[in-house]
Amino acid sequence: MARLNELNLIDALEGLKTGRFTSTELVTACYEQIEQFDPVVKAFVTFTKERALEQAKEADDLIQKEGGKAFEKKPLLGIPYACKDNFSTTGIETTASSNILKGYFPPYESTVTTRVNEAGGIMLGKTNMDAFAHGSSTETSDFFKTLNPWDISRVPGGSSGGSAVAVASDMCIFALGSETAGSIRGPAAWCGVTGMKPTYGRVSRYGVIAMASSTDSPGPLTKTVDDAAYVLEIIAGKDPFDATTSPKSVPEYSGFIKDFDLKGFKIGRPRSYFEIDLEDEVREIVESAVKKYEELGAEIVDMDLLDPKYSIAVYTILQRSEVSSNLARLDGIRYGQNREAFGMEARKRMMLGAYTLSAGYYDAYYSKAQKVRTLIIEDFNEAYKKVDLVIGPTMPSIALKLGESDNSPMFGELMDVLAEPSAIAGLPGISINAGFSRGMPVGVQLIGQQLTEGNVMGVAKVFQQNTDFHLNRPVIKSSE
Amino acid sequence: MTERELLGEYKLVLGMEIHLHLKTKTKMFCRDSADIYEAEPNTHVCPVCLGLPGALPVPNKDAVRMTQLLGLAVKSSLNKDSRFDRKHYFYPDLPKGYQISQYKQPLCVGGFLKLDSGTTIEIERIHLEEDTAKSFHELGNTLIDFNKSDMPLAEIVTGPSFRNIADAVEFSKKIQDIARYLGISDVDMEKGQMRLEANISIRTAEMEEKGILPSYKVEIKNINSFRFMEKAVRAEIVRQKKLLDKGEAPVQENRGFDENSGKTVSQREKEEAHDYRYFPEPDIPPMHFDENYVADIKSSLTELPDERKARLVDEMGLNKQVAAFLSSGTNINIYEKFADLTDNKHDPVKIGNLLMNRKELWSMEVSDIESIIKTSEDKITDEDSIKSVVEKVLADNPDAVEAVKAGKTATFEFLVGQVMRETSGKADSTIARKLITDLIGR
Repeated sequence: MARLNELNLIDALEGLKTGRFTSTELVTACYEQIEQFDPVVKAFVTFTKERALEQAKEADDLIQKEGGKAFEKKPLLGIPYACKDNFSTTGIETTASSNILKGYFPPYESTVTTRVNEAGGIMLGKTNMDAFAHGSSTETSDFFKTLNPWDISRVPGGSSGGSAVAVASDMCIFALGSETAGSIRGPAAWCGVTGMKPTYGRVSRYGVIAMASSTDSPGPLTKTVDDAAYVLEIIAGKDPFDATTSPKSVPEYSGFIKDFDLKGFKIGRPRSYFEIDLEDEVREIVESAVKKYEELGAEIVDMDLLDPKYSIAVYTILQRSEVSSNLARLDGIRYGQNREAFGMEARKRMMLGAYTLSAGYYDAYYSKAQKVRTLIIEDFNEAYKKVDLVIGPTMPSIALKLGESDNSPMFGELMDVLAEPSAIAGLPGISINAGFSRGMPVGVQLIGQQLTEGNVMGVAKVFQQNTDFHLNRPVIKSSE
Repeated sequence: MTERELLGEYKLVLGMEIHLHLKTKTKMFCRDSADIYEAEPNTHVCPVCLGLPGALPVPNKDAVRMTQLLGLAVKSSLNKDSRFDRKHYFYPDLPKGYQISQYKQPLCVGGFLKLDSGTTIEIERIHLEEDTAKSFHELGNTLIDFNKSDMPLAEIVTGPSFRNIADAVEFSKKIQDIARYLGISDVDMEKGQMRLEANISIRTAEMEEKGILPSYKVEIKNINSFRFMEKAVRAEIVRQKKLLDKGEAPVQENRGFDENSGKTVSQREKEEAHDYRYFPEPDIPPMHFDENYVADIKSSLTELPDERKARLVDEMGLNKQVAAFLSSGTNINIYEKFADLTDNKHDPVKIGNLLMNRKELWSMEVSDIESIIKTSEDKITDEDSIKSVVEKVLADNPDAVEAVKAGKTATFEFLVGQVMRETSGKADSTIARKLITDLIGR
């Protein structure tokens, strides 16, 4: 039998409901795993063990008292999760892995963690990330680098690297992350887990330390697509504290994808996504996933989408501009540290962003970037007249070696090139494991129209029902 | 010296920016109560108005609507599509490092207001923004009260339309009255609910004739009284004239007025401080207003002060002074009594005079005012009728007459009382007193 911490969310819930084990046992199993392997992979920046064990005890009492009924009101009762360090958590240090926020204990809770906690979820700790989510490797954390559990000489991807590693290493049942362009899908692909980036505005950003406000999308990193659907159902929906959330009601995703039928489904295969500089094995693995879908009954449509390279400039300008504005509040007056505590990556981004927003340059950069963004959105709109979903590789390569990106200032943008067009168009996308190259997981992503998370996850689920790539787990070896 | 003497051969060019705290229940982008004026420091604060990481602004629809209502009152056109922008600068009382304001698509564009002289003042725009916190400098420390942070602030920007200070004051007072009529602001300048900024420059008569504006303007911010504004503008006229007389061009800058020295002082910060790096606020979706929405606001636009004043004169026959009194923004509740009374068929001219002259009526219920009016209408004020009663009372009370002649004040009051009794209290007591005195020959 699998150890408790290795269970996926749906199985863990079943075990708790049937009384096969307790939440205390589940939480303890996760901490045993953390204590054994986190010193190696360094996924977490903060632990909340004492509180978690207290909450587990409370969950067990409630389950004892109310039995299965307790889960109707609290659908995540007793489930331990890991949380990216950019979600504000009341009274728990929240730094976005940055030195300048070291010692900041928010007096309020983000909407997403509020929803998870009210559903009975138990936070194990906060996970490492590229500082302020500025990166795609988790190497720019101001504290330490997180390592890829499949090969600790490699990066986990980022910026939600800590969350992806916590899930891949079975240190938690699921994790929360956030994506601006690739920050959920990227590390999910490189760590071999499921990463669901929802439509922009589907999940509230309230309390999530902003990176680029117009694309930030919180979402789950999980062991299966079913788990992602289950978590998304809880965290998604209109939030009166976030004016950009959609008022549309949230479908019951778990039910929607349960018996998902691929028949008649048109999956677009954009040539431009396969023609960029991909590693050969990555291309082969993604092509075989496309073939798998064809076998399973989907109609594959070769199609054109704008070359994703155009999104690099657009995304870089918009994101740097918004970053320079969002970080202005860390002015050295509040939060205890002065501005010298900003890391190099944050400084570079603020300077570039201040430049692109400056009088005389705004029209040449920001304004023009917004126009190209509109073109990219229209390009997708046209595409979705012909197909239901778009498929492609998540990342152009397997996880890079540590330090490989040091001399490539645009490394993140280049690595995330396949996530950027859909991110700036605000589309939902999922990355799932589609195979292995040199022992490292390779992700395939599915991108849908706005607010079609159900279809995106349904199609992804069919793949997991018919393959077992997602069941593979790394054997973590220390570096000697 | 008069303003004209100060200017000499120069002409004044003045533009105004008027900030109004809107009277909403909650602040501009968060849910804290906007009733901050009596509150202890930092008691009306939350993650949003403290600008904590991750907090997001959600715009207050009432504030948007109030700004649009103000726009309609001054004949602005309402933008169908409007949005908020971020305006960046660093200051301790600005916790996000930017202020959420409106730059390219304000709620209201254009508009005008006519002064009593007939001069038309052009309004460029009215936009909505959040106020900043308040800093206090005490004993070498700077303390910040965030209660005011994120208070809704409507800003009315005029063109360089004013040629003298009095017009600018009149304009500001008209805006103040309009805001009171619309119920959108309490406009108490002492409480900071209304603040003025003046853009000041001077030019030659020839430039004025040709409509050429000076190449600079000097902005004086945070003006919290009309008296202060007058002093500040006068000081600026003197300073700018001196420079121009020497052949120097005044610099475009912000200056503050120091009441002690009676002079303005440069507040120019670093050169780059002028680049606010505006860009559309990504946390707030653009706003779109459809025709039904605009029609609904239009329908809630009530009579405005100048319209009321004109109606009172033209249709109700009041004199200008009484009409001005009744249409003043501070006398809205007195006007309401006037309207109720005239609705009840009382004579508008009489009621108008009565309300203006008798302060004690202002706080009374309409029904009480009516009974006072009734008594006063029944009053016998005809001297001859009272005289016959007085004569009768004096004839009936010879002892009392003697006592009064001997200087007994109390007995005089007894005689007045008798006159009132004879007339069932209807005699005008002032006339009765005068007649008693006259007839006794005291």
